[in-house]
Amino acid sequence: MAPVLALEGISKRFGAVQALKDVSLEVHAGEVVALVGDNGAGKSTMIKVIAGVGPPDEGEIHWEGRPVTIHSPSEAQSLGIATVYQDLALCDNLDVVGNLYLGNEIRRLGVLDEVAMEKRSRDLLNTLSIKIPSVRIPVASLSGGQRQTVAISRSLLGEPKVVLLDEPTAALGVEQTAQVLDLVERLRAQNLGVILISHNMVDVKAVADRVAVLRLGQNNGVFDARTTTQEEIIAAITGASDNAVSRRRQRSEGGT
Amino acid sequence: MSDTQGPASDAQVDPRLLVREEGLAGYLGEARRRIKGGELGPLPVIIGLVVIWIVFQTLNDRFLSAQNLSNLSVDIVATGLISVGIVFVLLLGEIDLSAGAVSGACAAILAVLSVNQGWNPVLAIIVSVAVGATMGLIHGFFFAKIGVPSFVVTLAGMLAWTGFQLWVLGPNGTINLPDGLISDLTGTYFAYVIAAYGLAALATAAFLIVSLAGNARRRKAGVPSRSMGDIVFRTAVLAVVAFGAAYILNLYRGLPLALLIFLAVVVVTDFVLRRTKYGRSIFAVGGNIEAARRAGINVAFIRMSVFAISGSFAALGGIFAASRIASASQATGQSNVLMMAIAAAVIGGTSLFGGRGSTFSALLGMLVIQSIASGMALQGVSNSIQFMVTGAVLLAAVVIDSVSRRSQKASGRA
Ligand SMILES: Nc1ncnc2c1ncn2[C@@H]1O[C@H](COP(=O)(O)OP(=O)(O)O)[C@@H](O)[C@H]1O
Ligand SMILES: [Mg+2]
Repeated sequence: MAPVLALEGISKRFGAVQALKDVSLEVHAGEVVALVGDNGAGKSTMIKVIAGVGPPDEGEIHWEGRPVTIHSPSEAQSLGIATVYQDLALCDNLDVVGNLYLGNEIRRLGVLDEVAMEKRSRDLLNTLSIKIPSVRIPVASLSGGQRQTVAISRSLLGEPKVVLLDEPTAALGVEQTAQVLDLVERLRAQNLGVILISHNMVDVKAVADRVAVLRLGQNNGVFDARTTTQEEIIAAITGASDNAVSRRRQRSEGGT
Repeated sequence: MSDTQGPASDAQVDPRLLVREEGLAGYLGEARRRIKGGELGPLPVIIGLVVIWIVFQTLNDRFLSAQNLSNLSVDIVATGLISVGIVFVLLLGEIDLSAGAVSGACAAILAVLSVNQGWNPVLAIIVSVAVGATMGLIHGFFFAKIGVPSFVVTLAGMLAWTGFQLWVLGPNGTINLPDGLISDLTGTYFAYVIAAYGLAALATAAFLIVSLAGNARRRKAGVPSRSMGDIVFRTAVLAVVAFGAAYILNLYRGLPLALLIFLAVVVVTDFVLRRTKYGRSIFAVGGNIEAARRAGINVAFIRMSVFAISGSFAALGGIFAASRIASASQATGQSNVLMMAIAAAVIGGTSLFGGRGSTFSALLGMLVIQSIASGMALQGVSNSIQFMVTGAVLLAAVVIDSVSRRSQKASGRA
């Protein structure tokens, strides 16, 4: 089956910096692809290419098998690509329903249809088994994990086929990280393609099907998450088996 | 927002949280949660108002007389209208320091057009409000498009429009308004008993019908709805307040036209803020600009339009101020008018930090301020003390605002 989204030979430079060079990436429906790499490897640049925020200088994008160009966020959205950025950009003063529908309010005779929006919000959160005390409390009073799930849910209202998540668990505790990873698995179960940026190898191993490694703006291998060890992934990220991370591990293993 | 969690609908809901019990226990639990979460709403100001009324009534039993309360209800209108515009600006998390000057300048324009130029008063009012809107739009342009901080733009506006006011009024400095439509704005009372009671009945019935219809829709859609007892209780409270006010107004001269206009403005603007996409966008911009922008909201348009609204209501307030004393002068809109309008909004519960508030706070806050002024005047207390007391009340309101914002943040990191 053709991947729902495939990028090939993507290059992008910012002045003197070659942020991406000949990078390829694909994601299938019902698949979680982790995009990993060291700081400055080009992960965010890649996300921006897909989200239409920063179109590539070179390269091809295929959507469900046909070539497309994505020049703006709205073009990405209308294809079916939803993006959840690292800073969630929720309005703390609005309630969950208000945030979910911000900018896409349902109206009835020109007036906000709170009942319809609340009903659909509850249905959406229910299908994702998201636990939130009430859809009518300001998001300011939600925990970090709950806020993340609200932000992800918001991106799902447009019924996308691919969801981009930029470090969704970066600021979260153990319990809340588990909630978000559960949600990622449910997105996969609903046959969405998910591209997940993460620095946390445990999270990556836990939910990803495949791991695409970027290093210095180039592909450095795509791994099957089940059969690859963390060490191998870290080696691909850092570019050598002899690196600070593996040296530390060897020291501590030798010490015990 | 005090919806109970209906039985059919709490599959997704963590049972430990926010399942409101029925009846009194439910109310108390809800109240406790809100206080802890910093969502106080209009509660502090209503309590404050009751305390103020009790204190002044014990000091002087003419305070709660029909005549005094009726006058009070007209005295709040001019500054209250300015305060409605201030609420819009505060919701963005911005400030409009020009509102007093704009009100004075627009009152001067009204007087010159209608008296000196002999224009039709209705036309003069329309032009005056349009000028106020334009002044606000100018502030909004420099703020939204050029990026000048709002307090600086409107400070410049305050100076410039005060000068404009003096220039328009010319060497005499005062223009008296003859009897007519403009002075009737604050001088008209609907003396028929039926007017005030009719309005009270209308408001109560409308509230009940809207509540019931909304509830029926919610039940049909399977989302949490209010209990019947809840709706009856709210309607009863409204009925007591509305009919009580009508009774008192009828004891004196009946329903004042100015109060009717002010109430209509408050209700309509509240509806716009809470029930339209435009109002929701204002809250969003005040809550998180980046989120608003990403949601496709035209932030510059929202900002400019809000300052235009503030300018329009400032002009309207100036017109009512001129009407009340039947003249437009160099003093119109000057001295403490701006401070009172801002204080009223904040005392009434609109946050200085943006994103939280309601135009009802203009009404409630003005009632507090004017009650203090009126009560002190009855006691023969000097202006100096009045200012100090009002300042203290404002400080209390800002403290409540700041503390509730903090506890909201604290309870948010559960
Ligand atoms: N807008 C930009 N202008 C200039 N350089 C940029 C810009 N965005 C990213 N870069 C550069 O591109 C490289 C990749 O950045 P980025 O994609 O943010 O990495 P990552 O998200 O993997 O940490 C970095 O060297 C960064 O400095
Ligand atoms: Mg990054």
